[in-house]
Amino acid sequence: MSTASICLNHLFDEQRALEDYQGGMPRWCKGCGDNAILAAVQRLCRDEGLKPEKTVFVSGIGCSSRLPHYMRTYGFHGIHGRALPIAEGIKMARPDLHVFVNTGDGDCCSIGAAHWIHAIRYNMNITVLLHDNHIYGLTKKQASPTSPIGTKSNTTPRGSYLDALSPLTVTLGVQNVSFVAQAVDWIPESLFQIVTAAFRHRGFSFVRILQRCPEFVGNMFEPWVHDPQRMLMLTHENGIQVSPALQKIYRNQQAHDPSDIHRAREIASSEDPIPVGILYRNPQVPCYEDLRRAGMLRTAGSIKTSLEAEFDKFTVWP
Amino acid sequence: MGSRNAHKKVVTLEEHIVEIMSDSGEGAQKCGQSFGSIAARMGNGVWTVEIIPAEIQPPARSVAGASGNRIRIGSKRVTNGGDEADVVIAFNEQVLLGRVNAGELKPGCIILLESMWAASPDPKIVSQYKETLDRLKGDGYRVYEVPMENECRKLVSDPRKGKNMFVLGMLCNLYSLDMNLAREQIAFIFGKKSEKVIRSNVGLLEAGFDWAEHNLEFGYRVPAVRATEPQLVINGNTAIALGVLASGMDICAMYPITPATSASHYLSDVFERAGGIVHQAEDEIAACAFAIGSSYAGKVAVTITSGPGYSLKQEGIGLAVMAEIPLVVVNVQRGGPSTGQPTKAEQSDLFTAMFGSHGDAPKVVMATSSIEDCFYSMITARRIAETFNMVVIVLSDASLATAQQPFPRPQFSEDWLAPPIDQNPVPEGAKPYDWDPITGLSRRFAPGQPGGMHTLTGLAHDRSSRVAYDGETNDQGMHARSLKLAALQRMLAPPKAFGGGEGDLLVVGWGSTKGAIEESVERLRAEGHKVSSLHLNFLQPMPGGIKEILGRFKHVMTVEGNWSDRPDDPLIDDTNRRYSALAMLLRARYLVDVDCWTETRGRPISPGSICNELRKRLAREEFRR
Repeated sequence: MSTASICLNHLFDEQRALEDYQGGMPRWCKGCGDNAILAAVQRLCRDEGLKPEKTVFVSGIGCSSRLPHYMRTYGFHGIHGRALPIAEGIKMARPDLHVFVNTGDGDCCSIGAAHWIHAIRYNMNITVLLHDNHIYGLTKKQASPTSPIGTKSNTTPRGSYLDALSPLTVTLGVQNVSFVAQAVDWIPESLFQIVTAAFRHRGFSFVRILQRCPEFVGNMFEPWVHDPQRMLMLTHENGIQVSPALQKIYRNQQAHDPSDIHRAREIASSEDPIPVGILYRNPQVPCYEDLRRAGMLRTAGSIKTSLEAEFDKFTVWP
Repeated sequence: MGSRNAHKKVVTLEEHIVEIMSDSGEGAQKCGQSFGSIAARMGNGVWTVEIIPAEIQPPARSVAGASGNRIRIGSKRVTNGGDEADVVIAFNEQVLLGRVNAGELKPGCIILLESMWAASPDPKIVSQYKETLDRLKGDGYRVYEVPMENECRKLVSDPRKGKNMFVLGMLCNLYSLDMNLAREQIAFIFGKKSEKVIRSNVGLLEAGFDWAEHNLEFGYRVPAVRATEPQLVINGNTAIALGVLASGMDICAMYPITPATSASHYLSDVFERAGGIVHQAEDEIAACAFAIGSSYAGKVAVTITSGPGYSLKQEGIGLAVMAEIPLVVVNVQRGGPSTGQPTKAEQSDLFTAMFGSHGDAPKVVMATSSIEDCFYSMITARRIAETFNMVVIVLSDASLATAQQPFPRPQFSEDWLAPPIDQNPVPEGAKPYDWDPITGLSRRFAPGQPGGMHTLTGLAHDRSSRVAYDGETNDQGMHARSLKLAALQRMLAPPKAFGGGEGDLLVVGWGSTKGAIEESVERLRAEGHKVSSLHLNFLQPMPGGIKEILGRFKHVMTVEGNWSDRPDDPLIDDTNRRYSALAMLLRARYLVDVDCWTETRGRPISPGSICNELRKRLAREEFRR
């Protein structure tokens, strides 16, 4: 075979279809926004040509965290709140892997909140998708930290007492933040665009995805789903562009330079209209794994040399 | 150095215990460790113990602020800190009082006390000093007042920095140590500083030596045979850190906690140069999760902690057990529960180590029994974790963490190292949990291996790692995870009794108490008692052959550093007595009547206290039958 045909064959081998990334049959409820997120990441994997064996989806516990089971890549469905530190360990040990984290508003912003804050600061090259449906679904309807005040749930039958925590403003407030975006499950095209931009960013890419839970809070996003004018589409030559088809529906657009953190924080504070797009991006922030792994070379010889040098320090010679 | 004193009486001894006590920051630790190193070079058996205040900057001249070092030197190998001190050197009388009150000094022992306080401008200090001096003399201690400050001032302007080297010189004279070795030691510890600093400290050393030569009418010699092999002199935590390096592990994730942190401090310093990483996580849970992620995708990782941190890691440990991710967890035990006694020794985490995490979570539990064992245990732990895809808990404790003992310098072997990460394609049809029906073992697939894609989960799962909601599959997983312990147990060498193979009383121990227990056995056998001991390095699984050993003794008991109810308490009887951890385990597994004696006083259990207890028991009626 000629070199060219080997290359062509190779290229053919590397072409993968959506099915190559599809694992078990999703068991989310009918109409659940998680399905849209799954479709977006499967498309992302295909379009970016990710090798399934080099890709790991890490999750915690909750509806969102079932996602790895529905992928045909490596997956790590861990424990509640700890997806981020597990993903960090994976990335530190194996920077050659593509690491994604799927987490929910309870998983990330409540039980795993400490890890979330510190993961932003570590800025490891991981893509984090926050499936934010404003409610605990898997445990059957309890208020989450992102539930709007007054949300009626099984633990707040007279309405929740506190103002909702904003994942966007919190993330934008932490040192070393390098990528923050917001998407919604009901605009699949922009969801895909945003997830792709997040994946391509080298650093901790945080995408908050507003996701509908028809089972427990069916009306949560209804006003916005039905009124495209209450969506604020962020566009920029350095960000993402809204397609002509979408422009016709979502006329409320705003040019926003993702390098402007002050404006990003202002936009993040807006709950209505809901901003969609890249709020902030800074490719200059160093990644923790690069800082720590610089010159990391482990051979039997290097281990022996360092060990003997340490032994020398403490040896009492006869 | 000056002339020798022809009138000095030098007594030859088998062993002696010296304590050097000062305020925090006056260098007693460095003095004690140097003394230990010099003695080790001369071939003496040595065990040094740090005496550490809980506060960083305790007030000066306070009983609670005592900081120092205990050094036990002997003609033969020394395996523990021993009983009460024979000689104490104190930089002030208050730090000394702490040790007197704790009962750490032998009655009538020699005290060399800094005398500067008698001339203090503060009348309160003068009266405290005089009162204490009178009390100590009245109690029969042989107190020698030493003008350390004044003597040092002849050589340096700030005696606070350097008095410790003067004391080292005194000790070298007192114990007839080789001054050339002492000078080399000073050159070694001040190696990074200027020649001037080294010269100044050697001057103080020699001044101390000369002062003791001419002002103390006594001296000792602890004969030693110079070692023929190079020895390492390190503490338990350094040994753990070096063991991590030697095991070929790449990543250690930790969160600061006493008394484990010094292992990570040291590792942070050296690991990076060898291509490894110490990750200080945001909390203990994250440290555990980070290590699990690293182990899953790369080589086996380790997380190092102590009691409270160990509690926080439990859910993560359960995940690693369930998903069969290899992991090494080091727990340098301290006093508990809760914050307990952070700097003090205790062996209270055995049950937590074995049964911690909810559900049935079988894991391997090892305990280190000497400084040398701290080093090799890490290599063994890594290998077991990897071979069996299991969590291996290594229990050390505060008494090993800062104790130093020489042991033969290890000879590097490539077998110690972790194999490279397997990135080969997974054979067609192979499953991530292809549990062997006999051993429960399965081959782990690591990310990067083509064809091995699966989603690992903490949920019950089948052989393909698919979530299992049915009871049958859940049962299969439980079965396989449990069998692995039995498979490991079959590979463990049966332990041997120390002393004799049969007799009246067998003392069983685990972890750091090995040296003290075995020394007690030696002493009591020398008195004619038929006492032996058995020490367990593996607590889960326990090796085979133990039942046979227990059966050859009339009585069996454990000695442990954890709580057990006292049989003499009015409410305590056989129906409610809480036995110590190991005793409970032995009773349950071997159906043998195992008694126990335990101490939770925060200090290492001494051979003397074990002997006292055993003598009382051996004197009882049932032992004389």
